[in-house]
Amino acid sequence: MEQRWGLPLIAWPSRLRPNLWDLVALPMVLGAIALIAWGGMAMSARYHVGEALSISLDPWRLPEYALRTVLRMVCALVASLVFSLVYAAIAAKSRQGEKILIPVLDILQSVPILGFLSITVTGFIALFPGRLLGVECAAIFAIFTSQAWNMTFSVYQSLRTVPAELIEAARMYHLSPWKRFWRLEVPHAIPSLVWNMMMSVSGGWFFVVASEAITVAGQTIMLPGIGSYIATAINQSNLAAIGYAVLIMFVVILLYDQLLFRPLLAWSRKFRADASADEDNIRPWFFVVLQRARLFDLVQAGVLELNRMIDAALAALARRRRSLVERRPRPELDRLFDIALLGLAAAAAVWIIAFIRETVDLAEIGWVFLLGLATAARVLILIAVASLIWVPIGVAIGLRPHVADRVQPVVQFLAAFPANLFFPAAVVLILRFALNPEIWLSPLMILGTQWYILFNVIVGTTALPLELQRAAQNLGVRRSLWWRRVILPAIFPAYVTGAVTAAGGSWNASIVSEVVQWGDTTLTATGIGAYIARTTAEGDSARIALGIAVLCLYVLAFNRLLWRRLYDLAAERLRLD
Amino acid sequence: MFSHPEPLMNDPLLRTEAVSKTYRTPDHHGRLVLDHIDFTLRDGEIVAILGKSGSGKSTFLRVLAGLVPPNEGLVEYRGINVTQPVRGIAMVFQSYALFPWLTVLGNVELGLEALGISGAERRRRAVSAIDLIGLDGFENAYPKELSGGMRQRVGFARALVVDPDILLLDEPFSSLDVLTAETLRGDLLDLWDDRRIPTKGMVIVSHNIEEAVEIADRILIFSSDPGRIRAQIPISLPRPRSSESAGFRQIVDQVYTLLTTEPGRDGRRGAKAEPIGIGFRLPDASVQQLSGLIENLTEAPYHGRADLPHLADEENLVMDELFPLIETLQLFGFAHVSSGDIELTALGRAYAEADMLARKQIFAEALLKHVPLAAHIRRVLDERPGHRAPAARFLRELEDHLSEEEAERVLDTVINWGRHAEIFAYDYDSEVLSLENF
Repeated sequence: MEQRWGLPLIAWPSRLRPNLWDLVALPMVLGAIALIAWGGMAMSARYHVGEALSISLDPWRLPEYALRTVLRMVCALVASLVFSLVYAAIAAKSRQGEKILIPVLDILQSVPILGFLSITVTGFIALFPGRLLGVECAAIFAIFTSQAWNMTFSVYQSLRTVPAELIEAARMYHLSPWKRFWRLEVPHAIPSLVWNMMMSVSGGWFFVVASEAITVAGQTIMLPGIGSYIATAINQSNLAAIGYAVLIMFVVILLYDQLLFRPLLAWSRKFRADASADEDNIRPWFFVVLQRARLFDLVQAGVLELNRMIDAALAALARRRRSLVERRPRPELDRLFDIALLGLAAAAAVWIIAFIRETVDLAEIGWVFLLGLATAARVLILIAVASLIWVPIGVAIGLRPHVADRVQPVVQFLAAFPANLFFPAAVVLILRFALNPEIWLSPLMILGTQWYILFNVIVGTTALPLELQRAAQNLGVRRSLWWRRVILPAIFPAYVTGAVTAAGGSWNASIVSEVVQWGDTTLTATGIGAYIARTTAEGDSARIALGIAVLCLYVLAFNRLLWRRLYDLAAERLRLD
Repeated sequence: MFSHPEPLMNDPLLRTEAVSKTYRTPDHHGRLVLDHIDFTLRDGEIVAILGKSGSGKSTFLRVLAGLVPPNEGLVEYRGINVTQPVRGIAMVFQSYALFPWLTVLGNVELGLEALGISGAERRRRAVSAIDLIGLDGFENAYPKELSGGMRQRVGFARALVVDPDILLLDEPFSSLDVLTAETLRGDLLDLWDDRRIPTKGMVIVSHNIEEAVEIADRILIFSSDPGRIRAQIPISLPRPRSSESAGFRQIVDQVYTLLTTEPGRDGRRGAKAEPIGIGFRLPDASVQQLSGLIENLTEAPYHGRADLPHLADEENLVMDELFPLIETLQLFGFAHVSSGDIELTALGRAYAEADMLARKQIFAEALLKHVPLAAHIRRVLDERPGHRAPAARFLRELEDHLSEEEAERVLDTVINWGRHAEIFAYDYDSEVLSLENF
């Protein structure tokens, strides 16, 4: 190699040399780094509980607020990613771990996300005294809880379903456990992880808006962000400000969709063994930039090198420790472990009940269960109404593949758009026409989640083999017979998936949609969501715990008694294969 | 009768001593899969393992690979005790086991990477292995872009790149079509015969008898439940072997006979089968295929009697498809097998000549008479007041004898036969067996 004067010579493979695409990529990366630094400083600003953070309704402040909101989202996403990999790896690899972690995850999944906020915020503030970081952490944690659980489940499922022959191949070719995790297990998990991650982020915009205005001990802290901007606009009945917020949110979601969602989905297809060639041809523009720009090859090479170094270090460590003798299963220890676990669970239940019973009497507990029933009725009726509207429309779209291709991204976009931005408009309408809030606040619950039904119905319809459609035509199956015997059974599995997601989202949304404010006016619908919202505002922790526990029980019961069964039915009877 | 001394063979490469493997069933019953297997692979030898499903041949290969630890006994590779995968032994898998997110080059390099071989050297060796196996030009292709045959070539390149002493092959050609399999097999044998690969011994699990006779120096026949070595057949035919030669045909016949008759009664005609129990691993045969085969057997050119290898060839059936049918015909008393030939019995001929209803009757009688599980289900349904019983009840009984998966398959088979024979009915939704509509 030719010696030159200047920088010390390093191996610089030609595929890593910069090219024109880097002109696009470099500013983006530098910008992102600067943004993170700025955000980090802003987040750790000095703050004492009791100070009022002023939120300006000046539209020119909105881009800054939007950035703060996005940054929270990114932090939560990174945390969720790390959490899901670690948690799922432990659950999939340790039998004891699995026994605790999976049921816990199942419960966590049904705890209303905004419930976490009211429970954890004081702890986080205590963690960072005198800094805003504690409140930021509480908000990020709330978003985290809206993203982490389903991502973790998806990784866990993937880790459990790595094909046996691939595991054997990895062992035959002496991949270390660390390497096996990163070269086999994680890649296998990526397609479903990325899909769940994108679903999570889409759902997360709703909660980021809802969690920026945090109530601690009867006082509201407004973190700078779009959510707080909207909360302030609501307080001041400023309809124009709401309009600006909707506009900037639109831009943010559009950027998220173009810069993150689509490139990531396209990238994740590489990890699917069964992806067809024409699916591989979908290459979003930003994905192409990422592929072409050498900067990202450089980043990738760096990450791989780091991974290799960790592997080498671990291998050295493993050599020093004698290789572990395979542990034999010991049934008596297992039983002891189970008993200890049950004991702990029972103690926790007793403690929670005692804590609630200290301040709340039995009559109120019964009343809260009734409130849960009211919300349950709303959820069910709304799912039914949304299904009546969206199933025919979804089928109509799905039967026209060209239309479906164009509509699907729009529906994904709509699902990501935080519906709570439109709540003020609903209040204005209800006031204007003097409508009954008990009924007319209900649609807000499903405003953001109905899209899951539409999306899945479209997917289910497009999956119906053309041959089956032709066969039905050939037999002269039409109208109601066609609906009953052909299309409804065909889309049922996809529909159930959509309905479950929509129902879960609606339960969560009940906390913010059963109590809605506009200026000095507050509209309330009777339900458990309103109960939790009110007790949270009052800072009454026993009643918050009661409300959340009851809501949890309802969600769990619904999952077990209704959705799980429909799922099984769909999986057993109506699969198309 | 096969205890030839083997003076040509050299030192042992791989050796097992009294290897046994038991799998635990859900209710902690042990199920013996491999029973005291002694085996030696010598330098320069290709050994093929044949056996019906349930003979544990795949498990045995994994024990040799160090992937499955035996409960008893010893596996030794050049004096090293094999308890986990060791360097020097590579494996090729039935379904290729390629990493879909790695290119051909990435897949081939992976094994070298794990051995700690550095970048340039790794690339050089991977490229030369890819060239050797005839994949040049496809280095940067992803597995999903390749046909099955090309994918298995990647599997071979990945195994050969680590310069293995021993190559373990788990039905490597069975996912490929006939022509592709033949080409790949030929290419592998060429590499081996010309000593272009450093490999000193191969063990191949196969379900294709002609394939085994074509490539192996020795064939091991495994018997089922539990897996034992039932016979060893040394093959000293010179290579390349012509499948038309008399010597070749004779060995093929011999293997067919061993695989289609029960141990201890090789070839003796009319021997009564020892009674089978409820937990007998019923062969996986559909009524449609059975009646199709019986019809063909009655017609020209067979006229009721056929040479098995010839039949397999004519009817285009591989071992895994043909043997369950043959076994079922024997089980029902529709045919018997001796010295590699199958011959229809009077009952089998009667079945062939009967119309659809009469066939059902013959089938039902044979089913109740010869398949204890079917008779047992019918008896339970007769005795129960409502004449109904959940399928899970019988599944539990089967799981005392078979693995979970096999138990389900056997129950499915008997339900299909029973429904066809109309000796009981089955409702898919409720998973209940009954005597409804009779």
